[in-house]
Amino acid sequence: MSARRLLVLGGIALILTGMIFGDIFAIFTLHQNAARVGANLAAAAHAALAGKRGEVFANFQNVGSFLENRGTKVDTHVHMIDFGYLALLLAVLQPWVSFRESAKKKLAWVFLVGGWLLPVGVFLIHYVGLSYSPSKTIGLASMAADLGGLLVLVVTVACLFGLWRYGPQRGTTGVADSLLADRSASGQILFVGGLMLVLLGFLHGAYYAGADLYRQEARDCALLSEMSAGAAAGASTVVDQALGEYGELQGHKAVNIAAHAHAIEFGMLAVLLAFFQPYVRLREAWKKRWAAVLLLGSLSLPVCVFLEMRYGLVAGGIADFAGLLVVVALMAMWMGILRYAGALDAPSEPGVIAGAS
Amino acid sequence: MSGSRRLLIIGGIALAIWGMSYGLWYAVFAEHQALDNIGGSLATGFAAAAERNTAAMETSLDRYREAKYIYDRQVDAHGHWIGLAMLLIVLGMAFDRIHFPERFKLFLALGLFAGAVTFPLGVLLQTFSHAAFPRAVTIAGSAFVIAALAGILAGVGRRSTALE
Repeated sequence: MSARRLLVLGGIALILTGMIFGDIFAIFTLHQNAARVGANLAAAAHAALAGKRGEVFANFQNVGSFLENRGTKVDTHVHMIDFGYLALLLAVLQPWVSFRESAKKKLAWVFLVGGWLLPVGVFLIHYVGLSYSPSKTIGLASMAADLGGLLVLVVTVACLFGLWRYGPQRGTTGVADSLLADRSASGQILFVGGLMLVLLGFLHGAYYAGADLYRQEARDCALLSEMSAGAAAGASTVVDQALGEYGELQGHKAVNIAAHAHAIEFGMLAVLLAFFQPYVRLREAWKKRWAAVLLLGSLSLPVCVFLEMRYGLVAGGIADFAGLLVVVALMAMWMGILRYAGALDAPSEPGVIAGAS
Repeated sequence: MSGSRRLLIIGGIALAIWGMSYGLWYAVFAEHQALDNIGGSLATGFAAAAERNTAAMETSLDRYREAKYIYDRQVDAHGHWIGLAMLLIVLGMAFDRIHFPERFKLFLALGLFAGAVTFPLGVLLQTFSHAAFPRAVTIAGSAFVIAALAGILAGVGRRSTALE
């Protein structure tokens, strides 16, 4: 197996695991955690109302702990997927990385070890804490995560160095890379669909920033002021009303940001997958079907997440199903790539492009 | 490699390195302090409310507002620089799929690169000034990105034979 295919398979495996983890997190942890954060904020506001200063700090400490739990889960999900994207990007660039194939394969393995170590380490931070750590401030899980990040950084810099070394050899190499030259229907569907999703995500982000972001930011601070001022004045109705509005505002912000981010991330994924369609060993009709399923899921998820505030659990359920569609389509492509053993996989030596026509 | 492709790939790698370096500096020297400031000022504000100390409460909440405003923008600038850098690299690799003359492709690549640099820069500048200029830079940057993306999409849809 060439370094390129290793990075493709490893990258898609990272993306798949990150997505499945994200789905599990969204269903079993996210909402429960948000409810606990809200409950502790309400408890802090009511403690202020009752004049209990100590309880205020205790409740904010709990909020901090729940936010750390949530933050490490989100970081695990995001880093797994982003390292998967980076692996796919490096896979595309492999023919221009001027190292021997054996060295490129070693680099690919080191990248994948780092790509797994960081998110797993981040996930464990909340559970391991400072146990058995030689340091008083950084836990073992954090150290493992940092080591993973360092490995990924070293391999990325090494690949950049390889790209730089390739420069002087340009005149002696093949003219085109078969993966980039591919114009199959499935690849075109993914490329165009992916670009449209990225554009849609940007348009939504621009609209949100222009119409809602500054207003919501101001409202966020105004509600916290109302809450504390109501507590200072002993007005429990003001505190409760502000708490209710604050929760709703956080929901609005979360769905807008999630819709924007997921549309762009799924769009980028589709564009990246378009490059690797020649590796997918399935009949063209099936490749087209899986491309369509992936795009359908990629569009439905951000749209339904956006509609979650209006249509509640129905939209949330469809969004989860859309996420499942993306996962299934990605898994089908991953298996197709695993089955592949053709000419494109012939390992290339420095300056020789595999599968060049 | 064509000029437009080179601009997107090399510009994208440079922007990614810039975005990661900024993120690394931020994570090591600024983020923990910012988070402590946000959490601490909010808790102190509510504690002041418990003591019926309105002046201290308002001061703490003002500190929270400013710290949160700056933190959100610093994280956004970092995330958008790296995300846009990845988009530049990916589109650079696929730029031979755009069926426009090279001069126009270079124009699109320049627009996308300019937007990718200035949009997060405008977001970051908002932490130094609440005036209209940083917001104008942000809006102009995002308009460049959106217009260039729409142009690229039109170029993909355009028939390659139109050039022949």
